[in-house]
Amino acid sequence: MRFQRMARVTIAAAVIALAAAGCGGGGSSGGGSGGGKVDYASCKYQIGFFGALTGDAANLGINIRNGAKLAIDQYNAKAKDCVGLVEFDSQGVPEQAPPLARKAATDKRVLGIVGPAFSGESDVADPTFEQAGLPTITASATNPKLADHGWKTFHRILGNDATQGPAAAAYITGTLKAKKVFVVDDASAYGKGLATLVKAKLGSALAGTDTVQQKQTDFSATVTKIRASGATAFFYGGYYAEAGKLRKQLSDAGGKGIMMVAADGVKDPGFVQAAGRAAAEGTIVTCPCLPPSKTKGTFAADYQKAFKIAPGTYSGEAFDAASVFLRAIEGGKTTRAAVNAFITAYRGDGVTKTVQFDAKGEVTDKVIWAYKVTGGNIVEDQEVAQ
Amino acid sequence: MHFLLDNFWDLSVTGLAQGAIYALIALGYTLVYGVLRLINFAHSEVFVTGTFASILVLHMLGLGSDDPVPSAGLVVLYMVAAAVAAMIASGLTAVVVERVAYRPLRRRNAPPLVFLISAIGASFAISEAVGVFVGRNEVRVPNLVQPQTQFHLFGAAVSNRQILVVVSALVMMVALDQFIRRTRLGRGIRAVSQDPDSAALMGVNADRVIALTFVLGGLMAGGAAVLYDLQFGVTRFNAGFLLGIKAFTAAVLGGIGNLRGALLGGLLLGVMENYGSALIGSQWRDVVAFVFLIVVLMFRPTGILGESLGRARA
Repeated sequence: MRFQRMARVTIAAAVIALAAAGCGGGGSSGGGSGGGKVDYASCKYQIGFFGALTGDAANLGINIRNGAKLAIDQYNAKAKDCVGLVEFDSQGVPEQAPPLARKAATDKRVLGIVGPAFSGESDVADPTFEQAGLPTITASATNPKLADHGWKTFHRILGNDATQGPAAAAYITGTLKAKKVFVVDDASAYGKGLATLVKAKLGSALAGTDTVQQKQTDFSATVTKIRASGATAFFYGGYYAEAGKLRKQLSDAGGKGIMMVAADGVKDPGFVQAAGRAAAEGTIVTCPCLPPSKTKGTFAADYQKAFKIAPGTYSGEAFDAASVFLRAIEGGKTTRAAVNAFITAYRGDGVTKTVQFDAKGEVTDKVIWAYKVTGGNIVEDQEVAQ
Repeated sequence: MHFLLDNFWDLSVTGLAQGAIYALIALGYTLVYGVLRLINFAHSEVFVTGTFASILVLHMLGLGSDDPVPSAGLVVLYMVAAAVAAMIASGLTAVVVERVAYRPLRRRNAPPLVFLISAIGASFAISEAVGVFVGRNEVRVPNLVQPQTQFHLFGAAVSNRQILVVVSALVMMVALDQFIRRTRLGRGIRAVSQDPDSAALMGVNADRVIALTFVLGGLMAGGAAVLYDLQFGVTRFNAGFLLGIKAFTAAVLGGIGNLRGALLGGLLLGVMENYGSALIGSQWRDVVAFVFLIVVLMFRPTGILGESLGRARA
């Protein structure tokens, strides 16, 4: 009897410990002091990261956080006064974004935000940042409409989908020579926006469309639609987890020969993981991001050393975004307004491009690359003409 | 509409394969509800542990995620091993949930709402624990069956994998149904379900019967886990969440507490989702499923086949 009670208490304790480890794991894998010896919280000025560190598309956010973290750690190693990195994990879900944005806006030590990472969360978080005068530089949100609100604090350090969408469509009809193309999107601000642009450019080559849901696992109805349309290629606007499952289910249902083209949200090893190597092989992924091997200086090697993996999608862009903020703080710009003015006037070399923003906050130097899944890896194929 | 009619059989076949998995998971909800009159919201995690256990065993047997499909004889061996592992893992998880999250509350005669909260807590704890161990990304399942078209049903290709999924699910459900109806232990379950107090007076050990109910639900979830692995080839720590809700919907649709209702509800839900997706777009898939449920409940508040595990055939 006594033993039983003890056993029960032990089991209960173990479950609680596991649960605690669960929560802690999610947080600390994000926080992890890593290579930096600086206690970020003690720093007088902070740079925020806003994006998914957990959730379905977390890999994309983690790449960006790591890029920003590398820039900050390198700065702290040399500078007298440290700069901290504070993380706002939105899980990539627009519904989570507003309270987090308010939290960032009210923390007066935060002088700039790298992010928000996705277009959907940018839509709802950026107005709060604009109101608080908190400058943002997104290294990944590509929906063109974000720049049309007249937000003074909005900056985007990469080309948007107004260039990426048509480039992807041109690749499908030009390079792949597909005559009938099916378009699928995931109803997110990013996926839907991109798919709309691709559809417009495809014109008469468009064979049909479908919209799926995020977190969906069974795509059999979509697979039937793609096959029934007689398309020889399809475009997917959305993120890697669903893209991988759709690719696999299409191949399994006899649609192996139907080429897949997707965009930056799919450019992650998670896509190959979800689809399986055999099904993923040959998939084309466009991205307004520079291949790590083409980045300047020691960035790729430093990143590899700090995080034990090669730079991911947008790690380089995030490094450049954080660097702009760091240059501002280094130059004594320690109010949000001063930092924002500094960014507007900024011109300097980053590891991915020459960084300079136009009146709408868009970077002036844009690139689009096509990548191809080869042997289970997403490797650069060619630069796409815009 | 045109598209739905043109591809009706194709959508039906894929919908049935998905529905069979819903039905197997739905059995777990229905069994526990039949005996305890409570919804075991941790059942989706019972299922998830099964999906990972079968992957683990396949890896231990030396089958990698991207290896080619092994020869036919080996496939059977691998599949049996994966099924046994998944059933053990799911069964064990179910027992642990019962022990930790329910039994202490039952001893204290806690109100039903407390059970519900305890179940949701258990669900989160297990899901997060799995997330810590396996990471939060998709995990690949080794390829066991290369889908090949076996025959055509009114023009719709039926693959060996779809046959395997539907037939195994049906066999498991018939076995469970017979077990409940014909064996001594099954009679115990029906007795506790109908009248726990009289059953106790007649010498039925309620605690054991309840534990058995959870084990049976776990075994079915384990079977569903293997079939899910085969069907989708990929799983993740929170794969059970939406699937659990759908399976619960299937159970309510058929009549919760009713085993045959779970089967009917699962299959119906699977095909209805596909028809709905075809008719008005895949983004309405979940909406179609729940609207269908509401419409059915408006006309038959206890589900299509009615509520009750034992009453109908006492």
